[in-house]
Amino acid sequence: MNFKLQPIPMTVAYAHPLEHLIKRLTGDEKHAPSAHSTLDVLWVLYDKILRISPETVDAPDRDRFLLSKGHGPAAYYAVLAAKGFIPESWLDDLGSWDSPLGHHPDRVRIPGVEIGTGSLGHGLGIGVGVALGLRAQGFPDARTFVLLGDAELDEGSNHEAIAYASAIRLPLTAIVIDNQSATHGWPGGIAARFPGWASAVVDGRDRVRLQQALDRREAPGLVVARVEPKRGGGR
Amino acid sequence: MRDTFVKTTTELLDDDPRTALVLADISADAFGPAMRRHPDRVLNVGIREQLMIGVAGGLALTGMRPYVHSYAPFVVDRAYEQIKLDLGHQDAGAVLVSIGASYDGSAEGYTHQSPGDVALLDTLECWTVHVPGHRDEVGPMLRDAARHDDRVYIRLTVQENEIPHIGGPTLQVIRRGGPLVVAVGPMLDPVVEATRGMDVTVAYTNAPRPLDAEGLRLLAGGEVVMVEPYLAGTSARQVSEALSGVPHRALHLGVGHHEIRRYGSWQDHAKAHGLDAAGIKAKIQKFLD
Repeated sequence: MNFKLQPIPMTVAYAHPLEHLIKRLTGDEKHAPSAHSTLDVLWVLYDKILRISPETVDAPDRDRFLLSKGHGPAAYYAVLAAKGFIPESWLDDLGSWDSPLGHHPDRVRIPGVEIGTGSLGHGLGIGVGVALGLRAQGFPDARTFVLLGDAELDEGSNHEAIAYASAIRLPLTAIVIDNQSATHGWPGGIAARFPGWASAVVDGRDRVRLQQALDRREAPGLVVARVEPKRGGGR
Repeated sequence: MRDTFVKTTTELLDDDPRTALVLADISADAFGPAMRRHPDRVLNVGIREQLMIGVAGGLALTGMRPYVHSYAPFVVDRAYEQIKLDLGHQDAGAVLVSIGASYDGSAEGYTHQSPGDVALLDTLECWTVHVPGHRDEVGPMLRDAARHDDRVYIRLTVQENEIPHIGGPTLQVIRRGGPLVVAVGPMLDPVVEATRGMDVTVAYTNAPRPLDAEGLRLLAGGEVVMVEPYLAGTSARQVSEALSGVPHRALHLGVGHHEIRRYGSWQDHAKAHGLDAAGIKAKIQKFLD
């Protein structure tokens, strides 16, 4: 796969379809939707790619989306609300005792959420198991997507999954949101850490390019979505 | 016990399309025939134990029943956070089957020993733990685990009792008498030998989690001795909770926390930890005197 890397816009001039939901969730009027690194990837996935709806959250042959990078799930919750998986009213109350929405998502509490994450480096290994389970049960059309952050790749557990998935030619698509937040960076590029994977590096704000990249079924496939560099380190 | 595990799990794979097996190289050769027959369900991920548990969690989330196998220190100690999050936190189940136990790998050294596996699982929610004392006890445990989706740990070892004791999750009375001595799994034969001539009740369990609290209350008088093949005191909380309304004294025998740093046989290690018949006898006599 070969997409030319587009210049990354530092601001998003157009009104984002999820802007009102994000504001409702964060109460934050100052930051544009571009503050949410995963927003456009998630929107493209749920709007254009994934065969899943509130009615099919338990269908055995549904597509699976696993948010491995459980940090900063505001965009995820906004997309789930926009697509009717959860009521919009849930967005007004994040992280309280009575809210199903935590600062990291819990699959047991939130319809449509496939895995509970927060500790980094767990989603890809589980995703490998999900893809294997779908294959073993004869659901060749069901796709598995796992979204990670570039800093999350620091965790060694990812590299167990990366090596095994390519060794067995597993149908699975990993998406790495690259906002250059890894403390020591990835000299040589992120795709180089996924040997044997069919990779595409695209502008993580360009929804047309994202859709083209995510449409491709690879075994396994990597989409690196580059967005604005994160300011400030640590977590 | 490992041979029984391979045979029974191979049969389960043949009989039930829901069954999957996840390996990290250990015992891969023994499962060769099963792997050739069921390449989509017998998965050897290589020497990658974190992935082994993650894969099991993912398989379970799609409705399969994963069996996971390696040496106890690799399947439990090394992958503890995966067990906590990729299984427990996802509300997913798996059947973990370990070999090696506390010191089967006596000549291999501490890297291949896991005296703390059951204690680690005790920090987590809803784990059923089986500690078979004889190879014939292993098959029913594996088959029962295929019928539900709960989290199950089966701890295999080379140390065996002379005869099997197949029963349910309740304490089985081996001998009736005075104070209660509970032997877990392969501790039964040494306990029976150690208590010969003593006025004690000997009870057996190969299902220490959940511990049979009601049986413990019925059988224990004012004194109870637990003899376990993993860290000494692992069941102290369970015994204390079961007997919380009853004045009692308790003695907890098991593997010591100190590292032996010697090789030899498992019998040498049992002796070093005071878990041979002579060691058990001396400690119980002192406790009851």
